Amino acid sequence: MLPSALAMLVFIAAPIVSVVIQSVYAPHEQVIKVVESCSIFGCTESTTVDQEATRALRDAEPLGRFVGNQIYTDRNHLATEEIAVALSEAESFGEFFDKATNLPFYNALSFTLTYTAVVTPMAIIIGFFIALGVNNLPKILRGPSIFFSLLPMIVTPLVGALILFWMIDSRGVLGVGLQNLLDDPTLSLKASTPMMWVTLIVYGIWSSCPFAFVVYYAGLQTVPQDSIESAKLDGASRWQQIWHIVIPHLVPLTTFMALIKIMDNFRVFEPIVSFNAQAHAQSLSSFIYSDLGGETQLLSSAAATSVLTIIGVVILLSPVLVRTYRDYGNKR
Amino acid sequence: MTTMKKAVLASALAAASASAFAADCGFSEGRVNIVGNEFPAIQSVGKAAQACANGSATVETNLTKDHQSLNVAGMTGNPAEYTSAIVANSSIVALMNNDVIRPLDDLIASHGQDIPKKQLITIDGKVMAVAFMANAQHLVYRQDILEQAGLEPPTTYEEMLSGAEKIRSMGILEYPLGGAYAAGWNLAQEFTNMYLGHGGDFYESGTANVAINNDKGVATLEMLKALSGYMNPDFLTHDSNLTSDEWYAGNVAMMNMWGSRTGNLMKPESSAPEVHTNTKVGGPMTVAGGNTPASTLWWDGWTVAKNVSDADAKATFLALKKATSPSLLNDSNMGEAVWMIDGYKPAPVNEGVFAAISAGTTPYPMLPYHGLLHTALGDNIADFLTGKESAQQTLSDVEAAYTAAAKEKGFL
Repeated sequence: MLPSALAMLVFIAAPIVSVVIQSVYAPHEQVIKVVESCSIFGCTESTTVDQEATRALRDAEPLGRFVGNQIYTDRNHLATEEIAVALSEAESFGEFFDKATNLPFYNALSFTLTYTAVVTPMAIIIGFFIALGVNNLPKILRGPSIFFSLLPMIVTPLVGALILFWMIDSRGVLGVGLQNLLDDPTLSLKASTPMMWVTLIVYGIWSSCPFAFVVYYAGLQTVPQDSIESAKLDGASRWQQIWHIVIPHLVPLTTFMALIKIMDNFRVFEPIVSFNAQAHAQSLSSFIYSDLGGETQLLSSAAATSVLTIIGVVILLSPVLVRTYRDYGNKR
Repeated sequence: MTTMKKAVLASALAAASASAFAADCGFSEGRVNIVGNEFPAIQSVGKAAQACANGSATVETNLTKDHQSLNVAGMTGNPAEYTSAIVANSSIVALMNNDVIRPLDDLIASHGQDIPKKQLITIDGKVMAVAFMANAQHLVYRQDILEQAGLEPPTTYEEMLSGAEKIRSMGILEYPLGGAYAAGWNLAQEFTNMYLGHGGDFYESGTANVAINNDKGVATLEMLKALSGYMNPDFLTHDSNLTSDEWYAGNVAMMNMWGSRTGNLMKPESSAPEVHTNTKVGGPMTVAGGNTPASTLWWDGWTVAKNVSDADAKATFLALKKATSPSLLNDSNMGEAVWMIDGYKPAPVNEGVFAAISAGTTPYPMLPYHGLLHTALGDNIADFLTGKESAQQTLSDVEAAYTAAAKEKGFL
């Protein structure tokens, strides 16, 4: 009991607490002074941080200045002021939506939620049908088909997405194939926002359905054969057997998978980087990445987005968690 | 033992002794650890510094594309893990903001009188870095295609546009222009070039208050959009690497490209003969009748960490002084960069960067808060190029995003 509590404290509670603290503190006021800077290209007047003056501030408050929820509510996050203005000025919901998604956080949130809402059920449903199909194959074919069905999951997400990125290029195999198929030589999946969203979502389904497949395939091996036999004797069709026996048997697995996949999909990141899709789609994770990846790192901003991501995951998972908790209570 | 074997043995011994007896760099103790970007010129410098290891003195390098995410963290501790970072005029700012590099004046006074003054980067009267190479973006063009279309290499972006239209209308290439317009850092860099070419100022003088939402900002965006009309429709995903790939494939006739990449563009093994033999460089272009080229000048140079012992600082200084001295240059690394080192002989691939320097191109702004504006530009300009919003809206979004970030960082 004690070791596991300690492990939870060190690996889960401590990082979250540190991120929360980081998000309510910001760096000190920087004292700027105008200086002359010279290089081989000549001298120019520029500004620099007055380290002497800034150091005094830094020593007085080593954590930085306390800003409370200021980072959470600024324009690059929840943008409360801008949203209030948009609410009072917008004449229709569409106009409000446009104004809201022009703000970086809501733009990232809209893609993240769409991605999660489409990819999670699609991956689970497709994975289920692949598992059913493989389960009905003759034994000799099952091994190879399991291997091939797992391939999208075996390939590292970053690399898999990069390979697809090349194939869907307007001069790539799939890109040119689509142009010929649709008879539109100017078609480019990477040039338009809706097409890029579709591409990212299709990639997400492709890469995550093997997980659903392999879990369901294992689950199918535990379906009670006598129930199936008796259903057959009663004249149940194949669909009736699946609907009334197999699916109810697999519900706990589905809950488990929905939990995992919602968490995974809400943190979607790799495809956006691999597809160079920042122009068309941002997710909460890629938003954090760009805060940390710039020449000047925005640690407080990244921390605030991380806390908002955690809150988002908790909200999304709460129905599943409540359900699991109830089931657990009933069984006891 | 036959003569043959003796000869082999002798040459093997000679090779072994060459690496065993280190270059004499003037120090025999101390720890040197250099972090820097990864491209051929910096690798040559890193190797030359490593040759200084002798006695109890150690020299290590960590040259990686991810150097910017390592250098501040690796120099903050005391003692610092890295005793030196090789930086450019944009990335030195993060080191200065975090106060992790030391002024070099005392080391120059006692050990570095022979470093040419032109290499010294001084800020507020203190030497903060020693530059060893220069870089800039400039025109790269296909001589055969321009001749076929009856065009001279453009000197302005307006000529580039009309030339592109001519090449397209003659049916030579559908997308005759290239450019590193990938949303993010690259696109922001193109905006920076074009805005400086229009004579724009990024800030209200002497403050961190951004001021780009003006006629010059709008004209800059309009020009970027006009150019992108002649690029592969996937242009918002093309960084410098993918733009170079388009060039190798022979799909592009003109582009604005980094001087440090022209060497690869002209390499025979990189592309078909008609592409690499016809790849030529020109100077940077001007725009809207301005005199200042729409490009920026860059230097790469080395620094010394603040949180290291005096012995380590001296060893680092001497190792890098040696590594960027005229003895570095030989036939194989001469063409790797526009070296700012005495004894450098320019090759044709470097003409573009020289033209940029002599045309009075503006250096990339070395300001504590400019990294934040660069990020804000990279995140927002794509919305205008894809036609989602107006130029004014995009510029006001950039200003708002920058202002929020600068407030967080304590600049406003």
